[in-house]
Amino acid sequence: MPDTPILLRERQYHQIKAVLAWLRMDSVARVVFLVDKDGQEIAVQGETGNLDTTSLASLAAGNVAATGGMAELIGEKEFPTLSHEGERESIHISVIGRLLLIVVFDDRSSLGLVKLRSKQVSHQLSALMDEVTNADYSHEVSPFAEITDEDIDSLFK
Amino acid sequence: MTFINYASREINCKIVYYGPGLCGKTTNLQHIFEATAPQARGKLISLATETDRTLFFDFMPLELGTVRGFKTRFHLYTVPGQVFYDASRKLILKGVDGVVFVADSQEERMDANVESLYNLEENLKTQGYDLMKIPYVLQLNKRDLPNVIPVADLAAELKRKEEPVVEAVASTGAGVFDTLKAVAKQVLTELRKS
Repeated sequence: MPDTPILLRERQYHQIKAVLAWLRMDSVARVVFLVDKDGQEIAVQGETGNLDTTSLASLAAGNVAATGGMAELIGEKEFPTLSHEGERESIHISVIGRLLLIVVFDDRSSLGLVKLRSKQVSHQLSALMDEVTNADYSHEVSPFAEITDEDIDSLFK
Repeated sequence: MTFINYASREINCKIVYYGPGLCGKTTNLQHIFEATAPQARGKLISLATETDRTLFFDFMPLELGTVRGFKTRFHLYTVPGQVFYDASRKLILKGVDGVVFVADSQEERMDANVESLYNLEENLKTQGYDLMKIPYVLQLNKRDLPNVIPVADLAAELKRKEEPVVEAVASTGAGVFDTLKAVAKQVLTELRKS
């Protein structure tokens, strides 16, 4: 059986975006992402330009999954942060429960600053996502309850 | 795990192509990539060895269209088929919404199909899923080769439930979209239930 879907409401989405905007400004980052551990992009803030954010989200999740697997092999629960430093651009990833906070930055910032600011917002993001995953929408009628076979077939015409 | 974003009006689902080494999982994705309009899909990312064998996964996002005002985006993944990459296969199954098992129809690959299907069932269990309950399609690939096992025999050996069985030649694209459609339909039908 597949897991229950995650439903992200507009208000929650904008709250998350606001936290990411704050983080981006305070860490002088280029782009800040919030992604879930399965590689689904939740929100992005910053100069995305031509950046392929979907692929980056998926690869970051693969990266964290692979290093998490290595951590287990050596008796660690996980590696809570990962950093990749390039010549001009760098990436810092923090694991926050089932979320990945990804910060892309250049030489206008520094790894120390990005780590510090990421840590400062981690509780806030974690609380917001708890609200998302624990929300009870059982009393609401899902817009998908009415999906017909014709709706689905129309996607493949 | 299906992710529904009400702000961007998007549904995101994850589909994994599973199967033994060299059965044509990557070829399925390559065909979808080549046959889809650029605006409907993202890049095809392949984490492959120098000899073009899948090392970790292939990934491609695909937008199928709008249903009930929501854009449907499918994230297509393949696993590495070679037996010794089992740790990677387990990781890729996390959060899966639907699975395609790509079987190699050639007689000499039957044991590899059976072993890979057993491995799929075990790895799904490890991640808390049950093959009997998850959206699932069996694709019988390489039907153009001379030494293939008859469809009825393959199905008898590899079918696990009432899953759709699709004959395919992924290298030419035959059956590739039928397979995708069959699994996507089941994933969206699950949404109706939840």
